[in-house]
Amino acid sequence: MEADWIWGLVGGGLIGTAGAVYLLGNGRIMGASGIIGGLVDGSGRDTAVERMVFLAGVFLVPLLLSWAYLDVETHLTTNPVVLIASGLLVGVGTRLANGCTSGHGVCGISRLSLRGIVATAFYIGAGGLSVVLFRHLLGVI
Amino acid sequence: MRNLVALLAGGLFGAGLHLSGMTDTTKVQGWLDVFGNWDPTLAFVMGGAIVPMAIAWQLTRNRTPLAGGSFPAPPEPKLGRNLVLGSVFFGMGWGLSGLCPGPSIASLSYGHWGHALFVVAMLAGMFGAPAVRTQLDRLAAPA
Repeated sequence: MEADWIWGLVGGGLIGTAGAVYLLGNGRIMGASGIIGGLVDGSGRDTAVERMVFLAGVFLVPLLLSWAYLDVETHLTTNPVVLIASGLLVGVGTRLANGCTSGHGVCGISRLSLRGIVATAFYIGAGGLSVVLFRHLLGVI
Repeated sequence: MRNLVALLAGGLFGAGLHLSGMTDTTKVQGWLDVFGNWDPTLAFVMGGAIVPMAIAWQLTRNRTPLAGGSFPAPPEPKLGRNLVLGSVFFGMGWGLSGLCPGPSIASLSYGHWGHALFVVAMLAGMFGAPAVRTQLDRLAAPA
């Protein structure tokens, strides 16, 4: 359990450094949903290549680490209905709100953006409610 | 240059997600589960990420990005229905599976079908989001 928070802090530091590199290098906010969403709806067409290169990095480094270092047990549900409902909600929600954990959470809160702070309060609150509802009351997850 | 920066940032982001345990859905759901076996890891990840990012925002003052262009405009203090409703949708989905957009891409590399199904649904949701926004505008408009 102690190792968990140390790795959390180390990994978090790397995530923040990634955001710092993206901001200071390219002048852009590192938000995963914005980077992906701009490719999906075409709003990021003029920066499509750097978006894809970024996502390739997000995909490839965990691949290399899981080969060389250690496998991560993801404990992901195998219920396809839960996976589809969850994916749809995350996709629609992050685009409506214009950001997710990385954009509103990490990049927004770190510059004391009111929108980032309010969004984070609502998605964490809704996430807590979701776990209470679907795990403790309905028992589906 | 821009692509090199993007690859470095993406790689660091992926490494951070993997090493922090944020691709493990029990850690995420454990953090949200205040009435269950609460797991504080996510708070350390958030804290660890916000510090270097706050320094980076300070460094943007009186500078321009290394690859040219300009830094993002200061955040708008404008809150609205889409921000709140979107975040509620996102949070509900996040709690259901324990996945958000960044870790879902990082986890794809582990080769389990469940992540692929989640990502396809997420992309469909993103594709449909503008239509949902239009519908919400129509519902909110006075008849």
